Amino acid sequence: MDNHLLIKENKPVAFSAETLETINQLSKRYPEGERKSILLPVLHMAQEELGGYLTIDILDYVASLVGISPVEVYEVATFYSMYYLDKVGKYVLEVCRTGPCAICGGERIADYLREVLKIKTGETTADGLFTLREVECLGGCGYAPVMQVNTEFYEYLTNEKVDKILSDLRAGAEKETDQQKRWVAQFSSQI
Amino acid sequence: MLKVTIDNITIDVEEGMTILQAARMIGGKVVPPAMCYYSKLKGTGGKCRTCLVKVAQSSAKDPRPMPKLVASCSTPVQDGMVVQNLTSPEVQEARKGVVEMLLVNHPLDCPVCDQAGECDLQDLSFNYGMEETASEEERREFPVIDIGPFIKLHMNRCILCYRCVYAADQLTSERRHGVMYRGDGSEISTLIANVIDNDFSGNVIDVCPVGALTDKTFRFKSRVWFIKPMDAHRECGRCSGKGTVWMFGNEIYRVTGRKDQYGEVEEFICNECRFEKKELASWTVEGPRKIKRQSVISANHYEKMVQPSIIKPIEGQMIPPQNEL
Amino acid sequence: MGSSILLANIGVPGIRNLKAYRASGGYSAVEKALREMTPAQVAQEVTRSGLRGRGGAGFPTGLKWSFLDRKTDKPRYLVCNADESEPGTFKDRFLMDKIPHLLIEGLILSSYALGVNNCYIYIRGEFKYLVGILEKAIREAHQNRFLGEKILGSDFSLNIFVHPGAGAYICGEETALLESLEGKRGNPRIKPPFPAFKGLYGCPTVVNNVETLATVGPIISMGGEEYAKIGKGKSTGTKLISACGNINNPGVYEIEMGLLLDDFIYSPAYCGGIAKGKKLKAVIPGGSSVPILPADLILRTLNGQKRLMTYESLAEGEFASGTMLGSGGFIVFDEDACIVRNTWNLTRFYRHESCGQCSPCREGTSWMENVLYRLEHGSGKLSDIDLLVRVAKNIEGNTICPLGDAAAWPVASAIRHFRHEFEEHVKNA
Repeated sequence: MDNHLLIKENKPVAFSAETLETINQLSKRYPEGERKSILLPVLHMAQEELGGYLTIDILDYVASLVGISPVEVYEVATFYSMYYLDKVGKYVLEVCRTGPCAICGGERIADYLREVLKIKTGETTADGLFTLREVECLGGCGYAPVMQVNTEFYEYLTNEKVDKILSDLRAGAEKETDQQKRWVAQFSSQI
Repeated sequence: MLKVTIDNITIDVEEGMTILQAARMIGGKVVPPAMCYYSKLKGTGGKCRTCLVKVAQSSAKDPRPMPKLVASCSTPVQDGMVVQNLTSPEVQEARKGVVEMLLVNHPLDCPVCDQAGECDLQDLSFNYGMEETASEEERREFPVIDIGPFIKLHMNRCILCYRCVYAADQLTSERRHGVMYRGDGSEISTLIANVIDNDFSGNVIDVCPVGALTDKTFRFKSRVWFIKPMDAHRECGRCSGKGTVWMFGNEIYRVTGRKDQYGEVEEFICNECRFEKKELASWTVEGPRKIKRQSVISANHYEKMVQPSIIKPIEGQMIPPQNEL
Repeated sequence: MGSSILLANIGVPGIRNLKAYRASGGYSAVEKALREMTPAQVAQEVTRSGLRGRGGAGFPTGLKWSFLDRKTDKPRYLVCNADESEPGTFKDRFLMDKIPHLLIEGLILSSYALGVNNCYIYIRGEFKYLVGILEKAIREAHQNRFLGEKILGSDFSLNIFVHPGAGAYICGEETALLESLEGKRGNPRIKPPFPAFKGLYGCPTVVNNVETLATVGPIISMGGEEYAKIGKGKSTGTKLISACGNINNPGVYEIEMGLLLDDFIYSPAYCGGIAKGKKLKAVIPGGSSVPILPADLILRTLNGQKRLMTYESLAEGEFASGTMLGSGGFIVFDEDACIVRNTWNLTRFYRHESCGQCSPCREGTSWMENVLYRLEHGSGKLSDIDLLVRVAKNIEGNTICPLGDAAAWPVASAIRHFRHEFEEHVKNA
């Protein structure tokens, strides 16, 4: 992560009415005066619904929704590794690089992905489909090597499996996927 | 009242006090150094780990020692507690280790740093630092940024004490800077180009223990040991108007809050007093500021320096502080 | 020693749903507790059971509960720590995925014992797919009056909410978890005050691990004393072990405490031996934070006794020749594994996951990673090995939270037991 100052573009951003209602329901889970508790879930929702990564405009919008100052949102958004502050592809391939995966071939899977996608870790393919990230332990050590793509876990990876996953994702990408709504739907199910 | 013994000196303190506060009541060399704790800012402390001490006895009721060294700034005293600071070789070793950590990524650019001469980290490395660094790794680097028209941020020098964050929270209406990212990538930042223009924002400079936040109106004007701190006051609608003006001849080079022996300001001052009132006519000068801190500026010999009281060491256990030649 | 308590019904078709869970005896502990027992009696059974925290620390659960401040008028909270992120550990994920009602039942019983009316499950963000599973289980429990107002006609009311993290190992530390739940950075709090007095929203709070809480149901069903008969000595009951690395059968196993470690590694019922017929080189038995032991010391203690899967046996010899049961994340290395590379890898993990709040951890983890990177990549010096030992020592015990220790122990133990490998890396560079 570069430590440069980010740019506020002043582009208008807004959640759908449905998401706003989910957030309204979500806030009822926490006591009076503790609305800040919804920040992490709302940032997840923002990332999923508002373009796949978090811009300063989005962070400021979230701050206004939660009712806290922008800097409090910046501090949180930069702390957690699941929030992307740079543009990412439609599918973010997150390959586990930690100990147990590494001794079971995780490093070779990352090598292979770099090779077939012709990008380095952290980069996005030219067609905007795939971003490759190497992440720390995903809690799938017994099913190593593992990779997470958005919400899905892919386990016992081999080069052949990786080929299949990539081609399935490419095929699926042409259809309109509803993946981004899943997270929101889970929360609206119960207050 | 509770009884607490620190380095063999027993005193009575009120319930709720921390070990560090108790040590400050005793004064002198038993007071552990503190880089992040700031008594006037709620919530500070616990982070830098320089004030670690050994609790040899938890309380009269529970005479067991605490298993680990504790941060004296955030550990409350209990009745009958026995604490070792100077008298514990373990504490001195651990503190040396902490200081080494604080210096691993510090640029050691003291020759061009405005804080030199009044820097807590400089003092700390003098007392506890190694002669040479064991690290051969590249140091972390951040760009130098302006946060507002008056304040310069040298993140390279920052030790992440969080004092400036608490100061902005507690003294200004809206905090605009904070700690971004995490781990060794943590940085004090506004994240976006932003202006910190609150009336009291300048206090972040005074609370900064190092040269990370410096006064742009004083930048490279003088080494602090060439200028004389004088207590002065003025009529001010925003703050008490009680500050220290730092003079060279009849010129005011800079204005700060009045700092006590632990480097903490007595009262926070406003930006107008700090940055905009540099004419002698704006101030009523009261006289030289008594600076008791161990620092090169104490060498200003127009005022007799008050010696810290010397604690009688227990025989055989005393580690002579390295600067006591 | 085949004993199955938590996973006894794991094979029942549809056990993820309330109907099947109920049909196999689920929620009978809640019925028993709410109809026949006082909250204090429930807590007492947990104390009697000898249950110890399954998240890694092994602190007695009943004792932890007894610290909860009951004198204030403030609400009390129970927070379930489902932030499972310790490398090698994937048991809680398994439990929540396969049999979520076991956790919900444990939460109801524990909340009843503690006088809690609002409970949060803080789950690591990467486990997004589990959120739907847990929310569905909670919804089913509501529909069947195990949750909500006046549960089963008693005076006890409870809501359970799932709350996601967003990628931070440190949030498994209980006070960092509470900060995160409050919508802040996951910086561990300075203690005291402890959560039992000042936890979530400044209120008295108990934070327990998923497996710990899931065990409360079976304890109430069978009685604390019966539970305490299972296992060995102070390591009562069963423990979920997540086995991974170079073994034939990686996966989650429920073992009775006291199982021979030898059996766990080589029995076909468990790890099934080392993969590809290789030899065992080393094991990290309790998640990446606990000391690594070479084959001879993991199988037998220094004085020749066979090592058992208990808190005590694994710790025998302390850090000189022992390790810890920790979270039960059992990582096995075969003869080809490179200890230096693995130590570098794990140190990179801790560097990445340090919150950066306190200086020894922030600076020490990155320093160690830099040095280990050099050693692994051919530009190390012999003096680097002792430097690492010294830096690890300067971190250990001097930090705000246990992440410092967790980062220091793997480095210190790898050098303690495999110094020659580090030296060879320098010589062959």
